[in-house]
Amino acid sequence: MTSISPGSEETLIDSSIKFQPERLINQIFRWVTIVMAVSVGVILLWITYSLLQIALPAIQAFGLGFLTNSTWNPVEEIYGTFPQIYGTILSAFLALLFAVPLGVGVAVFLTENFLPPKVVTPIAFIMELLAAIPSVVYGLWGIFVFLPAIRPALQVINKAFGWIPFFSTVPGGRHLFGASLVLAIMILPTIVAISRDTMTSLPPQLRQGAYGLGATRWETITRVLVPAGLSGIIGSVMLALGRAVGETMALAMLVGNANKANISWFSPASTIASLIANQFGEASGLQKSSLFYGALILMILTLLVNILAQMIVGRFQQVE
Amino acid sequence: MTSQSRLRRRTFLATLTAVSMGLAVSCAPSSPDVATSPSADATAASPAAGGGGSATLSGAGASFPAPVYQRWFADYNKENPGVQISYQSVGSGAGVEQFMAGTVDFGATDAPLKAEDRAKFKAKYGAEPIQVPMTGGSVVFAYNLDGVTDLKLSRTDYCGITTGKITQWNDPAIVKANPGVSLPDQPIEFVHRSDGSGTTYQFTNHLKAACPEWTAGANKSVEWPVGTGAKGNEGVTAQIQQTPGAIGYVEYSYAKENGLSMAAIENKSGKIIAPSPEGGAAAFEGETIPADFALEVPDSANPDAYPISGLTWLLLYPEYKDTAKGEALKAVIDWSLTTGKAAASELGYVPLEASLVTKVNEELGKVK
Repeated sequence: MTSISPGSEETLIDSSIKFQPERLINQIFRWVTIVMAVSVGVILLWITYSLLQIALPAIQAFGLGFLTNSTWNPVEEIYGTFPQIYGTILSAFLALLFAVPLGVGVAVFLTENFLPPKVVTPIAFIMELLAAIPSVVYGLWGIFVFLPAIRPALQVINKAFGWIPFFSTVPGGRHLFGASLVLAIMILPTIVAISRDTMTSLPPQLRQGAYGLGATRWETITRVLVPAGLSGIIGSVMLALGRAVGETMALAMLVGNANKANISWFSPASTIASLIANQFGEASGLQKSSLFYGALILMILTLLVNILAQMIVGRFQQVE
Repeated sequence: MTSQSRLRRRTFLATLTAVSMGLAVSCAPSSPDVATSPSADATAASPAAGGGGSATLSGAGASFPAPVYQRWFADYNKENPGVQISYQSVGSGAGVEQFMAGTVDFGATDAPLKAEDRAKFKAKYGAEPIQVPMTGGSVVFAYNLDGVTDLKLSRTDYCGITTGKITQWNDPAIVKANPGVSLPDQPIEFVHRSDGSGTTYQFTNHLKAACPEWTAGANKSVEWPVGTGAKGNEGVTAQIQQTPGAIGYVEYSYAKENGLSMAAIENKSGKIIAPSPEGGAAAFEGETIPADFALEVPDSANPDAYPISGLTWLLLYPEYKDTAKGEALKAVIDWSLTTGKAAASELGYVPLEASLVTKVNEELGKVK
């Protein structure tokens, strides 16, 4: 016994000496991760600061009137982004209107044993592939395939329901509605993927309990499973909204870039991101500042969406 | 075990270092200011026919003349392999900005330098910038109307379309200009550029001069009274091609390349002129050229002129630190304006007249 204990002490000391470099590496790793974590915040602050700095002349010139003014006139150097803010919010809203029911429906369908896994896996895979398509490809597809294809249908809607203000314009080659539909397809994978993960991670007891109490499948889905997964579903919707608000390329190509806030969904419109993408190349002076001001507004808009998402998710988690 | 993992870690670190060093090396020689680096590689080239020597030049600016510039620079490089010129068509605004900042060897713009920019340049570099015209181009109305092959538009017509006063194809004013043509009862969808562009500048510069009711002014981007915006010549073209009843403006060379139907329009003298390089050239005939070459003819009085035509300019520094660069640039410009004429016409641009070329060469003499 006694002969063994000093030996084991030695090995402990030995090993502690041996592992000295490991400890050092741990320390280094710790600091590296701290630096990485802090730099995320620093980068955000840096971007905000530089945006502010370049936007300052426009902020001084137009103040908050920038948000309500509908003029974007580079000749007289008068700028306002009301039509763009309106277009950004409306296009994102319309996109969600189509993508949320579809996305949640697909997520439920994929998780609730409607189909054998052999069929579900490829469908889920295809949904994820949709997310991998670059937005410029969506834009091109919209220009050359989708918008010409839906045009006759929209013209019929316009003829039949033209008295409703939303459908009052004769649909031309580019319009907010078509752009929103493409946007809906673009944000669909986000909603499906996250909602599906939420639904699969629900405790199986919920499902079993509901069935055990005699609930039908329909009741189980609508009364038990969807409410239980609501925080995840809303989280996915908010993420999708964030993407829809900031989407640039596809919208710049499809939305029509008309500087007017029109009540009709079939009229061409404009969004903040599309305005920046379009005009940045040739902008200088006050126009450039105004574009940066627009970017700042977009950033605040996205921030609000995220805060809202946090609040809603938090509230629903408390309900659970 | 530990030593093995340490070894593995070390090799990993080594690879990382190697990769990052490789990155650093590959990133290094991109700055065009560095006057020394590139010429060394190119010394092996055969003695240039045009005396171009060897130099690597970089320029940026206008997208309107980009096709002809790229063609010229590529053709010149074939004849003088020592001279390599890269041109980024980032837009006139960005071109002027980069030129002022000194990050390129030359800039290119569709609108002549503003007086304030000239003053700024002089304050920074101590001399006037050198601005020379390279080529001219026309902007045309391209349209998509079933069964109408040669549309004619009077001034009232196209002014009305762009200001939103005329909204139907069978408007009496358009019918009047196209006797015997059956125009459909269809709404007109006007397509304009949504991005800032020299094409828009030329187009609105003409509208401002020709249309009394045009109030949006002339600029690279304006506040359009009607229509939908599409990005780039290609965006406008795509939208016109897909939308029956659409009409928009694109640059002539682009419309020609893509086989778009182009409208003939009424010029200042009341003649209906179809777009062509000859018509474009006629717009500049007999005009006196100002000292800074900022010749703009928004609405030519020449009866043969196609009225929506403009010039595009290169911006050069008065002095190049690396004389080889200055000399090469002069040689390229001279070559482009003489030998390169054929390529310009082929692409649908308007080559400069001989008398103007002589003047440009005189101006180039100022470059040191």
